[in-house]
Amino acid sequence: MTPRNDPGTQSFVLLRLGDRRFAMVAEQIAELVAPSRVFRFPHRTESVEGVILRRGRIVPVCDVAEKLIAKSLLTRRFYLIAVRNYGEKSEWVALPVTGECELITAEMSPAGESDAAYVSGWISHDGDVIEVLNIGALTPGPGARPPARVAAASQEASS
Amino acid sequence: MRFPAAAKTTVPHTEQIILFRVSGQLFAVSSGSVQEVRSVDSLAGSAMEISAPGLRKVRHVVRRGDKSLFVVNGALHFGLPLTSGLLVFVLRRTRTALLIDGIEKMTTMTRLQALPQAFCNEERTWYRGVTALDQNVVPVVRPEGFLSSEEIALLERSLAPAALAAEVAESSTGSIHDSAE
Repeated sequence: MTPRNDPGTQSFVLLRLGDRRFAMVAEQIAELVAPSRVFRFPHRTESVEGVILRRGRIVPVCDVAEKLIAKSLLTRRFYLIAVRNYGEKSEWVALPVTGECELITAEMSPAGESDAAYVSGWISHDGDVIEVLNIGALTPGPGARPPARVAAASQEASS
Repeated sequence: MRFPAAAKTTVPHTEQIILFRVSGQLFAVSSGSVQEVRSVDSLAGSAMEISAPGLRKVRHVVRRGDKSLFVVNGALHFGLPLTSGLLVFVLRRTRTALLIDGIEKMTTMTRLQALPQAFCNEERTWYRGVTALDQNVVPVVRPEGFLSSEEIALLERSLAPAALAAEVAESSTGSIHDSAE
């Protein structure tokens, strides 16, 4: 479900982080859910704060506010559950948002070379120009850093 | 909006697991991976100090049969606040003896879910996956994930001087508690 780059209208979900609004291609959104308990355990991936349980799935919660508005969210109203592709597989990722989300139809202009990697394009809505987010660049995944070393089989004892 | 079914990331089988705590955090390990559970005190006599540069999580080595097992402090391994461990898991088919705070219970895991791909760093080595238990999510540790082959090699290089030092101080009694520094 890669965002389309061709001209023409398509559906977007507008989300709010603090004072700012961003958009995501609607096809990449699974659902909008109320905040639930975040289960935390030790890990080394920045921006993943834990996981939530949703429909039997264990869904990572990625706080993207730091990257997008340069500050952490003090309040969160919903989790926007987005579909993130990892090669041929896709998984759900929960993004905390601070306000209502809105479904709109708009025409997207493709991102320019100077735009951040997480911007896949721009839409105009209600007099605002809004960044359309590229979930693949915004949230961590195996491509973000070299995968951690795999535990060596040689650790097995000789006995 | 409809989405294709997500790729299956679960391994449908039941498995006996031990839930244990390190610095207040709950983890699970397959009971089949645990060869022995020992109290720290019972191993103290056979513990020998070891110091490998840059590897704070291992401070002691114990002899079990013909093997040297490296005592990995679970709190330091996972980057949790240091506590004085009370129990040691001797992990089967590894060189690791894992220092933990305590056992919560033994139970059965019915579903192991792969660690979400968003977790893309060292934790992929640490965990086999995660499981949902009693409305909680618990990471299931990978016994081989506590020491890499490079770390084992480093520790083995440190073993010889450590053994020599132990002979010199053979009358002293060891302790595998890590002091909170």
